[in-house]
Amino acid sequence: MRTELILLFVAMGAINYGVRAAGMLVGELLPKEGRLAAALAQLPAAILIALVAPLLLHGSWAEWIAAAIVAALASRSEGLLLPLAVGVIAVALLRLI
Amino acid sequence: MQALFERHGLYEGVRRCAPIGLSVFAYGLVFGALAAQSGLSLSETGLMCALVFSGTTQFVALGLWAAPLPVAALLIATFLLSLRLVLMGATLRRALAGITLGRALLAAVFVTDENWALTMSEAAKSDAAPPRSDRLASFFMGASFVLYGAWLAAGIVGHLIGGAVGDPKRLGLDFAFPAMFLALSIGIGRRHPNVLVWLASAATAILAERYLGGAWHIVVGAGAGIAVAALCHKTPRHAN
Repeated sequence: MRTELILLFVAMGAINYGVRAAGMLVGELLPKEGRLAAALAQLPAAILIALVAPLLLHGSWAEWIAAAIVAALASRSEGLLLPLAVGVIAVALLRLI
Repeated sequence: MQALFERHGLYEGVRRCAPIGLSVFAYGLVFGALAAQSGLSLSETGLMCALVFSGTTQFVALGLWAAPLPVAALLIATFLLSLRLVLMGATLRRALAGITLGRALLAAVFVTDENWALTMSEAAKSDAAPPRSDRLASFFMGASFVLYGAWLAAGIVGHLIGGAVGDPKRLGLDFAFPAMFLALSIGIGRRHPNVLVWLASAATAILAERYLGGAWHIVVGAGAGIAVAALCHKTPRHAN
């Protein structure tokens, strides 16, 4: 194992942990109600949408159709496995066309 | 430690994360194979998975891999890609408000997209009777162990089979992540619906991804989304 790589991975891990821990520390200080709390309540959905929107935009029509199927399934039930499995199979099949 | 390892919570976390663990395993195989092709040894690949524990960061790092190693670029990319974890850690800390800071800092080791999203959807599941925070923290830890184990094992196995994994696109596996994020955002959004927030996040994330690159689209999109949420907020009127 190369020493410089061990050091690099330790540094990358330390950066990742520092950022993760900083989030946990900041969370303590955040208010529980009011305008800021309302904004933070929307944060999870906002992050997920921000992650997914560019991914889908770069996709082809196969991904868009599969995404519509996933969205329809997800809006009907709590489970993740069904939308996930159907989405992956749908995309694999649609790409064959 | 009871608060992090409550049996039912752990079990639920493992059970609900198992399907996600499978798709993480599939991606980990690809990562291991790519790492082998980039010249990392088996033990180096395993060490990277164990210490960095971030799919996005590790794939991007392999993309930047060159001789001599561009150490500064690798560390800056790691930092930018991890920025979203601040937001995730903060929301998670609020959901887990009942556990001690020490335990929260231990849980912080494992914060990543999948277990965060899963735990937030679990927290939002019952607004009337939210799950106890020690139960939820254990749920998070259960999900974390699945992800960590799957990622580490897949990196090693992927390295061993080398290039044999082939193209994940052919099997549609690359779609597993967008599909999961989409399904989770719809699950969370159903409970706190605000279409303006989603539109603002999507539009700004797309622009930021196009013009800023890196991981900025996540920070910009999330920021725009919560800015709109703050603007939409009406101060509740007292009963008249």
